[in-house]
Amino acid sequence: MSEEMKKDNDVLLSVKGLEVVYTSAGAVVHAVNGVSMEVKRGQSLGLVGETGAGKTTIAKSILGILPDPPAKVLGGEIILDGEDLLKTSEKEMRKIRGKKISMIFQDPMTALNPLMTVGDQIAEVISLHEHCSKKEAMDKAMEMLEMVGIPAERYPEFPYQFSGGMKQRVVIAIALACNPELLLADEPTTALDVTIQAQVMDMIADLQKKLNTAMILITHDLGIVAESCDTVAVIYAGEIVELASKEDLFLHPAHPYTIGLFGSIPSMAEDVDRLTPIPGLPTNPEKLPEGCHFHPRCSKCTAKCTSGDIPFVEVSPNHFVRCACCGAE
Amino acid sequence: MSDVLVEAKHLKKYFDIPRGKLHAVDDVSFVIKKGTTMGVVGESGCGKSTLGRAMIHLLESTEGQIFFKGEDITKVDKKKLRQLREQMQIIFQDPYSSLNPRMTVAETVQEPLIRSKRYSKKEVEERAEQIMTTVGLDERLWNSYPHELDGGRRQRIGVARAIALNPSFIVCDEPVSALDVSIQAQILNLMQDLQEEKGLTYMFITHDLSVVRHISTHICVMYLGQLVETCPSKELFQKPLHPYTKALLSAVPSTDILHKKERILLRGELVSPVNPKPGCRFAARCNYACDKCHEPQTLEEVSPGHFVACCRAKEIND
Amino acid sequence: MSVQKETVKRSKKESMTIITLRRLKKNKTAIAGLIILLMVLIMALIAPYVAPYDETQTDLFNNFASPSLEHPFGTDELGRDILSRLMVGSRDSLRIGLISVAFSSVIGIALGSVCGYFGGKIDSVVMRLMDIFQALPPLIMAIAVCAVLGAGIDNCIISITISGIPGYVRMARASVLNIRKMEYLEAATAINCTVPQIIIKHILPNALAPLIVQITMGVATNILSASNLSFIGLGVQPPNPEWGAMLSAGRNYIRNYPHMVMFPGITIMLCVLSLNMLGDGLRDALDPKLKD
Repeated sequence: MSEEMKKDNDVLLSVKGLEVVYTSAGAVVHAVNGVSMEVKRGQSLGLVGETGAGKTTIAKSILGILPDPPAKVLGGEIILDGEDLLKTSEKEMRKIRGKKISMIFQDPMTALNPLMTVGDQIAEVISLHEHCSKKEAMDKAMEMLEMVGIPAERYPEFPYQFSGGMKQRVVIAIALACNPELLLADEPTTALDVTIQAQVMDMIADLQKKLNTAMILITHDLGIVAESCDTVAVIYAGEIVELASKEDLFLHPAHPYTIGLFGSIPSMAEDVDRLTPIPGLPTNPEKLPEGCHFHPRCSKCTAKCTSGDIPFVEVSPNHFVRCACCGAE
Repeated sequence: MSDVLVEAKHLKKYFDIPRGKLHAVDDVSFVIKKGTTMGVVGESGCGKSTLGRAMIHLLESTEGQIFFKGEDITKVDKKKLRQLREQMQIIFQDPYSSLNPRMTVAETVQEPLIRSKRYSKKEVEERAEQIMTTVGLDERLWNSYPHELDGGRRQRIGVARAIALNPSFIVCDEPVSALDVSIQAQILNLMQDLQEEKGLTYMFITHDLSVVRHISTHICVMYLGQLVETCPSKELFQKPLHPYTKALLSAVPSTDILHKKERILLRGELVSPVNPKPGCRFAARCNYACDKCHEPQTLEEVSPGHFVACCRAKEIND
Repeated sequence: MSVQKETVKRSKKESMTIITLRRLKKNKTAIAGLIILLMVLIMALIAPYVAPYDETQTDLFNNFASPSLEHPFGTDELGRDILSRLMVGSRDSLRIGLISVAFSSVIGIALGSVCGYFGGKIDSVVMRLMDIFQALPPLIMAIAVCAVLGAGIDNCIISITISGIPGYVRMARASVLNIRKMEYLEAATAINCTVPQIIIKHILPNALAPLIVQITMGVATNILSASNLSFIGLGVQPPNPEWGAMLSAGRNYIRNYPHMVMFPGITIMLCVLSLNMLGDGLRDALDPKLKD
């Protein structure tokens, strides 16, 4: 196999030029504006951004669960194993969800059905996708419980009998029960305490390695990204403004927004007298600025930034930045 | 110690619930000096929010004493309490539920001034304008309602309301946890500036360790209602002594990718704070637990200014 | 501070009432409901002066007449003009509906707010009393009241009022309990608001909003209750026209003269429908969290 083909075989999911808008009461919100990214098999891609940047919309587009209306995919491709998910029928998508792609949502409190036992909820997804008997589904469900660190005896218990961290483990068990190729994790630990968060993230990393699952991790916490992801995409106003390996992003951040984010976070390691927040407010997605969406808040803004298309430049191997100024160095 | 502004002595707050007594805050003692920031950290259920509210008498404590400028506020009469209240204020976590949705920005900021009955109508309006400028709220927003504004601006309204009466002590209950990172930084800077300008003393409650490190001079670590460790903030991060503090610090994901962290994984689950057994509540998950841990622990000064409630603190750290 | 600077810098102050009305205007269904309601109200006010016939005037030679130019809605079994009776009857129907809702809601909300705010023993005692009240079917209650006090429109109002109170108590209590969780109440205590100030300035305005919708729809329910009572002979006594009584009288003739039942029925339906449409629109318009 040639190098090219090998490289392509590594790519599990490829998003190209995704555009999504939300329309309500006449107002149009440009949630995702031309996002392109790739996830390789068994690897983790972190999607980092603040509220409203469009990260959850991207994840929901991949899974095809955007509410339509008010959301509408205007363009782009999402290729999984040669198939464009945006053009796949709902019937086919149902076979893919839970089996090839799974999603973990942010709030474990509301992600589980309070009227079904946790075991049954895991068994449900197994019996939907695997052709097996009820007993086999139950057995596999108990295996999954053990895999996430919950004793199998707790199969017949209900969600209210579990703490937040344990509930999230059940959610993860459901997501990984059918051994999906891709896991979408939308802020999976934001609602959890720090010590529980550490346990859950470690467990996800473990399972990923064991089952060779690729992951797209959505978060606003750069610390989690640093510990769990291989590649990172920084999202602002529906666009990827920087895409790089973890090392490149943390050691050589290039985009002013990324640098601004690092300046806003107090560090555990050293003392900073004053934080340097990014001035101004996040952009209004109904009225995006011309040119670079970040330019009204950027200290390095020049004339070229205020209009036209901003190029997505490769500043070093596999390190891309959407900026009119930091490219050609 | 004339520079002590606030002191808690053996403070306890228990709630009566159907199953028994919930020990939300159990025998907590500490001192906050004027002009400093005492960070209170801990995870959910540790009692930090209850502690904050008890400190300014929004909740009546079950036992123990709270001294403000030398006076025990648990024993003063209603009239004196009203006077003292003006000097102790609070900023809340949720920018959505902490503002009355039917009051404009101006009305919310003016209300404390009106209730104090010390200012004429004109003075109230002028002071409100000044305060809004101080916290960075544009005058354009005078007649705006909270639902028209974003989280950061709403939180500024909360700050404005808290500083309206020129208090000397402000309890900040997770004031930036609900905000985006870039807005967090703006509000943190604002609070630091206010502290410098007005000589404020803060009790800063949070679960975010990097924020607490940045803003506090001293830190209290709480676990299930018990105060397990307190010391100057730099020391907490350089030399944590209590096993829980160590585990907590090791659990925080770090952006320093060059140095991999040694993670201390805790086993087991939290014990229930309802009708708890005596002794250290962390013992059930602690890797160093021994028999002595089931006896009530006391805060001991292990090194100057550094207090730990752990019978094995000295041996673990030598 | 010059006046000029104030008007230039600050955005316009709009009270929540104005904002609510503005939002309501955008809701076509609610406006339709409001218009129909206003028409009914105006008709009720001017009915005695513009009704084509006297509502009690009989014309036995012209009874059971089908709708015609002279009698647009036809005549009833005594030859009385149905249109005039409907118009004049609206006065009683609306009077019963509005007065009974006014009293039930004021009493109910006051009681419910006290229960919700103070809790404890007061709450337990009042709620158990309400349980007892609600266990009595409203019709049985009405019959009991009328047996004691006699039939007639005023006693009709009394019994409908009493049976409506528990509902408002529960709603107000639930609403207040919801608001109690809000941190702005703690903030109010921290800035030295007294308990009455907290209830009046912070709790009631926010708790009442969802109740206004219930009150609007309560008028509809009570008009129907009045119709029910008149139907069974309590409530408005003949010859005074009342929609429910007209329905009752007409049911014997529904086979041959359906117009006697149709027009009162449609009138009741329109009235109730318009109130519900308005109520729905108010519910959306009053929610301060919804963006304009």
